[in-house]
Amino acid sequence: MSMMPTSRDDVVIRLSGVARTYKVGVESIHALKGVDLELRRNEYVAIMGPSGSGKSTLMNILGCLDRCTSGTYELDGRDTTRLSSAGLARVRNAQIGFVFQAFELLPRLNAIKNVELPLIYAGGEGWLNRKARARETLTKVGLGERMKHRPNQLSGGEKQRVAIARALVNRPSILLADEPTGNLDTRTSLDIMALFEQLHQEGQTIIMVTHEDDIAHHAKRIVRMRDGRIVADELTGSNRQIATVAPAT
Amino acid sequence: MLRLLTAPLVLTVLVMQSIRLALGQIWANKTRSALTTIGIVIGVASVTAVIASLTGLKAKVLKDFETLGTNKIYVNPDWPREGRFRNFNWRVIRFRPEQFDGLLERCPSISNFTMMTNRSKKVSYGIHSIDNARISGINPSWHEIENRSVILGRPFTLMDEENGWQVCLITPAVRDELRLDLDCIGKRIIIDRRSYRIVGVVETRVESGMFGQMGDSKEVFIPFPTAWRLWDPWMYIIAACRKPELSQEAQAELKFFLRQTRHLQPDDPDTFRMDVIEEYLKQFNTMAATMTAIAGGVVGISLLVGGVGIMNIMLVSVSERTREIGLRKAVGARPSAILLQFLVESVVLCLFGGLMGIGIGQGLTTLISKIPNAHFLSMAYIPLWAIGISFGFAGSVGVFFGMFPAIKAARLDPIEALRHE
Repeated sequence: MSMMPTSRDDVVIRLSGVARTYKVGVESIHALKGVDLELRRNEYVAIMGPSGSGKSTLMNILGCLDRCTSGTYELDGRDTTRLSSAGLARVRNAQIGFVFQAFELLPRLNAIKNVELPLIYAGGEGWLNRKARARETLTKVGLGERMKHRPNQLSGGEKQRVAIARALVNRPSILLADEPTGNLDTRTSLDIMALFEQLHQEGQTIIMVTHEDDIAHHAKRIVRMRDGRIVADELTGSNRQIATVAPAT
Repeated sequence: MLRLLTAPLVLTVLVMQSIRLALGQIWANKTRSALTTIGIVIGVASVTAVIASLTGLKAKVLKDFETLGTNKIYVNPDWPREGRFRNFNWRVIRFRPEQFDGLLERCPSISNFTMMTNRSKKVSYGIHSIDNARISGINPSWHEIENRSVILGRPFTLMDEENGWQVCLITPAVRDELRLDLDCIGKRIIIDRRSYRIVGVVETRVESGMFGQMGDSKEVFIPFPTAWRLWDPWMYIIAACRKPELSQEAQAELKFFLRQTRHLQPDDPDTFRMDVIEEYLKQFNTMAATMTAIAGGVVGISLLVGGVGIMNIMLVSVSERTREIGLRKAVGARPSAILLQFLVESVVLCLFGGLMGIGIGQGLTTLISKIPNAHFLSMAYIPLWAIGISFGFAGSVGVFFGMFPAIKAARLDPIEALRHE
C-alpha cells in the first residue's frame, strides 16, 4: 500500500494481492501469498531473497511467463490477468525484455540474428526495421564490432551484452534480469552493472533478481522477500534520503 | 494498422527463417537426417521407379500401336449371337472379294483398303526350307496401309493381280533362312508345291515387344487374287481411314456399305465385326491405371513407415531444443509460431527425403531401362507429374507426422522449457 502520490501514467507495474499457488499432487504450495508492489517508470529495482522465498515466481509473473492464481497485475496500466497465452506472448514481445543467467543465446545464430529474434515475432514497424534496430542496439551495448560473431566466438560478458541487446531491441517497458551476473566473473559483472547503470540513466526501467548483496546495491531500490511475501522495500545508498520522504511500504 | 499490413510478410519471413534453421539442423545432423528419411527415400524412389516403368511401357505400347496404325479398321466376318445367321455355314458368313467392289467410292472417310488372307505353309528353296512361314495374300494398297516399303526389288502392282502371276515378296529373315543370295530378285521359291518368283524384299516390321505373334518376321507375301484362287477362301480386310478422328464415321460407312453388299435385312444383325486399335489402347490404359493404384498402395505403406520415423526424430528434436523453445516463447513467439517452425522443419526433412528418393528413383529407372531382353522397358522415364506427386506426398507426410511433435513444442510451458537441462 504505497502512500506515495504518483500519477497513474508514471506507474509501470502495479501488483495488488498477487498470490500464486502450485498444486503438487494433493498438496498446495503457496509460492506467493499476496504481494503488493508498485514500480514507477525509470526505477532500478533489485529483488532479493533466499531460495524458496518466491522471488523466481514473482519474476515469472512480472515477465508474463506465468499467471497469478489471485490478485491483479497491471503492466502499463493494462490488466494482464485475463490474457490468453498468445496475448501474453504479445506482451512479452512488446513490453518485456528478458536477461537470463545463462544468456540463452541461440548457438546457430550470430549476434545480430540473436538480437533480431524478438522483432521477427513482432510485426509492424519494429519488424520492418529489424536489421537497423538490431545493429543500433548492439552498438549501444558496446558490441558494434562483433555483430557477425556466433555465441561460441564470444566471451561470457559479450554474450550477456548480446542478450541485453536482444532484451532491449523492441524497446520494452521493463528490463527483467534474472541473476544477470550469475555466470560471470567479478570484473565482467561490474562491466554489466555499469551498462545497467547507463541504461538506467537513459530512462530504462530495470528489475533485477539477484542473491548477491553487492550486485543488488547497484540498484536504487531493493525489495526483499521471504516465504512468499515482501519483507522489506528500501532505497539504497545515496537514495536513502529520498526514502525518508517516500515510505516504501 | 502497420502490424496488420506486415502480417503476411512476417509469416513469410518466419517460414523462410524456419526453412533456413531446418536446413541448418539437417546439415548439422547429417547421418541422423539420412537415416531418418530412409523410409521416405525408399517410398519415393520406388513410386518414381514404378511410375517410370509404367510410363515407359505405355509409351512403348503407344509407339507399337502407331506403327500398327491407329487409323486402321480390321473387318472380319463374324457370326452374330442371335438371329437367323447364328448357325449358318461359314461359306455363307465368309467375305467374298466382290462384296467390296466400289467400297472406296461409297465410303468417303476411307482412304484405302486391302483384302487379306493368312496361312502358315512350308516354303523351300533347294534343300533349305521353313516349315511354317506366314503366307499372306495382299493387295498392292497393303504397302501403304501397313506402311512397309520394299527395300529391294519392287512392290506388287495391279499387273500382278490382273494376270494372277505367281510372284512373291519376302522378308530378309526368309531370305537368310533359305540361304538365298543377298540379291535374290528373280529367284524362284516353292510355296505349297508351287513355284513363285521373288520380285522384292519387304522390310521387317519394327519389333514389337507386346505383340510377339504380330512381330513374326518370317513372312512371305503373294498377290491376293492368287491366294484366293488357290486356298481356302477365308478373307478379311484392313481399311485405313483418312484421319484417326474419322474412325467413327468410317466404321459407320463401312457398316452401311457391307450390310448392303451382303444383302442383310434391316432387322438382321451384322455378320461381320470391326476392330479398332483404339479399343485395345483403352483397355491397356485401364490396366496401367490399376497397376499404378496397386503400386501406390505399396508405396503408401512405406511412406507411413517413413512418417513414423520422421515423427520420432521430430520428438527428439523438440526435446533437444526445449531451451530454445523456451527462449523463443520468452521473447514473444506465440504458440502458433513455434508450431509453424517445427512443422516447417518436418516438411523440409521430408522434402529432403523426397529429393533423395527422386534421385535414387532416377538411378533405378536408368538401370531398368538397360535391362537386356526387356525392350518394353527401354523407354522408361520419370514424368514431371510423378515428381510433383512424390514431393506432394513427402510434404504431406511431413505435415501429418510432424503435427504431433510440433503441437507438443507449441504447448511447452516457457518456464519449464527454460529450466530444462
